[in-house]
Amino acid sequence: MYATMLRIRRAEERARELYAAGRIPGFIHLSIGQEAVAAGVCAPLQRDDYLLSTHRGHGHLIAKGGSLRGFMAELYGKATGCCKGKGGSMHIADASVGYLGANGVLTSGCVLAPGVGQSIQMRGTDQVAVTIFGDGAANRGPFHEGVNLAALWKVPVVFVCENNFWASTTAHDLSTAGGSIAARAAGYGIPGATVDGNDALAVYLAMESAVARARAGEGPSLIEARTVRFMGHFEGDPQGYRSRGEVEGGRQRDPIARLRAHLEEAKLLDAAHAARVAAAVEAEVQDAVDFAESSPLPAPEDALQDLFVHYPWSD
Amino acid sequence: MPVLDFGDALNLALREEMRRDPRVYCIGEDIVLGVPFGVTKGLAEEFGPARVRNAPISEAAIVGSAMGAAITGLVPVVDMHFADFVTCAMDEVANQIAKSRYMFGGQISCPLTLRMPYGIGKSAGGHHSNSVEAWFVNIPGLKVCIPSTPADARGLLKTAIRDPDPVLIFEHRGLYRVTGEVPEAETLVPLGLADVKRRGIDVTVIATARMVGESLAAADRLAGEGISVEVVDPRSLVPLDREGLAASVRKTHRVVIAEEGPMRGSVGAWLAWVIMEACFDDLDAPIARVAGPNIPIPFSPPLEAFATPGAADVVDAIRRVVK
Repeated sequence: MYATMLRIRRAEERARELYAAGRIPGFIHLSIGQEAVAAGVCAPLQRDDYLLSTHRGHGHLIAKGGSLRGFMAELYGKATGCCKGKGGSMHIADASVGYLGANGVLTSGCVLAPGVGQSIQMRGTDQVAVTIFGDGAANRGPFHEGVNLAALWKVPVVFVCENNFWASTTAHDLSTAGGSIAARAAGYGIPGATVDGNDALAVYLAMESAVARARAGEGPSLIEARTVRFMGHFEGDPQGYRSRGEVEGGRQRDPIARLRAHLEEAKLLDAAHAARVAAAVEAEVQDAVDFAESSPLPAPEDALQDLFVHYPWSD
Repeated sequence: MPVLDFGDALNLALREEMRRDPRVYCIGEDIVLGVPFGVTKGLAEEFGPARVRNAPISEAAIVGSAMGAAITGLVPVVDMHFADFVTCAMDEVANQIAKSRYMFGGQISCPLTLRMPYGIGKSAGGHHSNSVEAWFVNIPGLKVCIPSTPADARGLLKTAIRDPDPVLIFEHRGLYRVTGEVPEAETLVPLGLADVKRRGIDVTVIATARMVGESLAAADRLAGEGISVEVVDPRSLVPLDREGLAASVRKTHRVVIAEEGPMRGSVGAWLAWVIMEACFDDLDAPIARVAGPNIPIPFSPPLEAFATPGAADVVDAIRRVVK
């Protein structure tokens, strides 16, 4: 989990620099500060388990084991990106590791996931479907429709609310009635848990029991992981809506430093080992950036491909 | 050849496909009893509640879960109940199902069929009567078919279910009890193949769904006046059999396009452009169109009748282009 979090952090820090340098088009939404959620959610998952993500999905993709090269090249809009440049940061997917997509429309995963769970159930495998969504998304109707359906069908789905307390620029208190998103689980008769989303171990433990429950055929769970977004909603967001103190307070609870301190205390990590992990992550990220930089852009007419299986025209 | 009604032909298609492929399942509101149109009646008895899933009134969850299932190995057939209700699942249809394969660079396939009972009739009013196929023809990534006969309904639905991409099938609710011959043998109707429903030499009427029958009635009336009408049914709007339509127009040199949906921004407007582009030099008269007025469908019978295009409108349009 420590290496995963570091990989996410470094990949996004590099993406941030490259975006500022004009190498990456479009918009990017960074999850710096939220790495413990991605790592904790994905650590108990197998490669063939499914994950449906949000528009802030870089960390989730990397934690699920998605290709760093494919990820970086996709941010660049290159032909070698995992979506051949058709998705970009907000719609990135890597089906080879069960990562069924970041999603530009909030909450969409909440209604897709029950169907993924249904397919697991009908195919008789022991897979699990996980959907991650933000606190803002929990206020859209599809959240309720999806949780209701999953609870009704008792399908192997874990709903994870990655609560960073900001729906774009609107504060949690101004958008979310009832105070707790986890408490909404009670209305659907499923377990709901709130965890410190800056504590990777806490996220992992909550997730482990939700996944075990799902695999045992006992149905869905809802986990609310409370965390802090260090960056703006999108890169370039001046963040006039929140105080400097909030981010600084968050940085003091930096999930990576926190896990490292924990591991050092437990004598599971020393400075030399940490340096080796950091160097390996650095090399991986650099390789991904080099790959993206040296990859070709798609041919313009490739825009007409991939719409349908059978009809290679856009009509 | 056995005679079935349109609804029973669709029921037969579902039964055949569910027997053929255990991955196929149906989902929708009230589908165990087959309410309100009877299309899914009796399927639950044969295939059980897991494959004939009565869903809560949760359109976004019905369509969204169907997509989740489709991209991970199942083959859902969604019953939208009334096509008007698709607005409650519009993100799932327009953003998720339609775009998933494309935005993910072809990594996943979404073999999903969306059954869209639609259309005017019986004073059902503004939330149960509209012809909304044009909305979906405008969304890249969706295939759209629109049968007019029981045989086509069965053949197109079977093709839709076997298609690896999302397909919407528009079933006009005024056709459910219309009967016709349906081949005994299992028959698939390919997408993108128009059908000439009546041969003629003076004018081509391109019509969809209920308007095919209205156009055939118009053709009967005009035959007595010596006007020979060809009626062509595109059957699928995406993909579209441009060549099939153009071949008829090159023979008759005159075109009427007949549909039920509102005139503005419609499928007929698109078809008119397709014909203009392919056959401009062959046309001996401007293309005429028959379509509904640009209003929601009203309730009161005389108002509804005003909003319902029919054979008389097709007759008038044909007279305009052949004079």
